[in-house]
Amino acid sequence: MQISARHLDKITIFDITGDIDLATSPELRKPLLRELRELRTPRVVLNLKAVRYIDSSGVASLVEGLKASRDVGSRFILFGLNTTVREVLQLSKLVRIFEICESEEQAVAT
Amino acid sequence: MSGRSLLLRMELRSNPETLCVVRGAVGQLTERLGFSEPECRAVVLGVDEAMTNIIRHAYAGHPDRPIAVLFRRIRTSSCGKNGEALEIVLEDRGKKVDRAKLCGRALEDVKPGGLGLHFIRESMDALEFRRKNGRNQLRLIKFLPIPDPPAGS
Repeated sequence: MQISARHLDKITIFDITGDIDLATSPELRKPLLRELRELRTPRVVLNLKAVRYIDSSGVASLVEGLKASRDVGSRFILFGLNTTVREVLQLSKLVRIFEICESEEQAVAT
Repeated sequence: MSGRSLLLRMELRSNPETLCVVRGAVGQLTERLGFSEPECRAVVLGVDEAMTNIIRHAYAGHPDRPIAVLFRRIRTSSCGKNGEALEIVLEDRGKKVDRAKLCGRALEDVKPGGLGLHFIRESMDALEFRRKNGRNQLRLIKFLPIPDPPAGS
């Protein structure tokens, strides 16, 4: 998995590529929680377009990000969910708790 | 086909880095067995989560312990269904699984963790756990798709 960050005004967008599983989820969790807990960025957006696979470890990292965002009053938005990622989030029954957008434009504009 | 037909046997270490390799192999195998794309993804997820549970819970994150995974084509009766199925048996030598924890957790709780077993249950048709000779064995069953009848029949 690879993760890189872009900054637009008070928004940070993380572009994630590859598989999010037990081996790689710490690489997602660490920058995500830093962005929210330490930097308190008002809006954190995750671009999941290039994520091929996500498992329960990955979902747990997203839930941690969401909880951290609620703690500091930030917004935490996902976009670009492909079939695989959407299926897993639906299976977790947690899909309704996330703010999900169809595109980056929507995620930064809403 | 009658009896049990061995499809694949993998001898692995409990290193999370091997998960992607297993997913690749399971994806190819299920595709060759004729599962639909969503079913292939479900079996891949089920096996990945089962391996993840072994690594995290049975071996407490130690990356060098043995895991054996066996894939067989079988004929079986389970959950009121009877037919050919893919049987997957994962075996480890880790600590005994706490059966109380096999119940999973309420999904209404919005918290990280505890989803793995739920994913396995949802992905597979049947799941059976047993402890044998100091080893944990998790048996997963996914029924094969029923082939279309020949044209004109």
